[in-house]
Amino acid sequence: MNQPTSYTRTAILLHWLTAAAILCAFPLGVYMHELQLSPRKLQLYSYHKWIGITVLLLVVVRLIWRSRHRPPPLPAGMPRCQQITAHGMHHGLYLLMLAVPLSGWLMSSAFGIPVVWFGVIPLPDLIGKDKQLGELLKEVHESLNYTLLLLVLLHAAAAIQHHIFERDGTLLRMLPFLKQEPKS
Amino acid sequence: MKTMTLLAALLALAAGPSQATVFESVVAEKSMVNFVARQMGVSLEGGFKKFSVQVTFDPGKPETGKAQIEIDLSSIDTGSSDANDEVKGKAWFNLRDYPTAKFVASGVKPLGANRFEASGKMTIKGKTRDVVAPFTTKVEAGALLIDGSIPILRLQYGVGDGVWADTATVADEVQVRFHLTLTAAPSKKK
Repeated sequence: MNQPTSYTRTAILLHWLTAAAILCAFPLGVYMHELQLSPRKLQLYSYHKWIGITVLLLVVVRLIWRSRHRPPPLPAGMPRCQQITAHGMHHGLYLLMLAVPLSGWLMSSAFGIPVVWFGVIPLPDLIGKDKQLGELLKEVHESLNYTLLLLVLLHAAAAIQHHIFERDGTLLRMLPFLKQEPKS
Repeated sequence: MKTMTLLAALLALAAGPSQATVFESVVAEKSMVNFVARQMGVSLEGGFKKFSVQVTFDPGKPETGKAQIEIDLSSIDTGSSDANDEVKGKAWFNLRDYPTAKFVASGVKPLGANRFEASGKMTIKGKTRDVVAPFTTKVEAGALLIDGSIPILRLQYGVGDGVWADTATVADEVQVRFHLTLTAAPSKKK
């Protein structure tokens, strides 16, 4: 059977686009919610929502792409428990990348502020206006975000660990323009 | 209001004894004054909990219709407490100096099919501008329902100036919407 040795260019592009979007949206979210009400705050909230919805969309596209293009297998000889951890980690990341923007969208709906993607495409309200629920969703959104942050840090640490210590080419498979086989 | 009652009485008189009903009693709990503003491309609805309305409207003689809506701006609900506090400040309504906004309609033009246009003056933050407010009427269970809106440009009244003057963030256009329920004039007084 022909096992792919690397991610497709599309998968790589989608991965890094998602990463970049998350790396923008997260600090933006942390920063903006402490601000006093100002035009700047309204702008940043909108940008944050636009990026968040973009992440949601990218992740859906990624999942569809992934279902049609098998990702390369984990390095041969990887201990079973590490394989399970790696798979669990990836599942957790996908789950959170869906749950985080969805919880934000839900929160926005609950606070009665519809999301208009890039100020152009109005998205439907997922739930009716309910301030109390909004406050709860705010907590949920925050907790999910910090969980995602933790997983992203572990994910990055694992990639670096594989690259520097295991030297098994795991990181290279996801780097753009480096599609050639790492020499072994 | 005395003058309004007098006016109503005159109107009723003018309309003749067996003429169509003049509507002039506002049912407060079935009336609303809301607004729609837009920020970052998002339309947001808010409202006012306190306002007083005087209207006289004779469906048989709409041209003689008169209305006055006075809004207690401190009763604003923008949907968020942050924004509620913000709009009371100097840059927005400056409530300390200008606690109310007022719309006085002085003429009504029938457009046909129960559609009308009230022209009048809007006063916000001490500035008065001419406005035209389209509205529709509907008689339901003996009451007259009036639904309309007053399109305004907030910056013409200096509402949201300073840093807020940038209309790319908060649009200049604001719609003040009114839904009024009127019952017939309490049969000719005196």
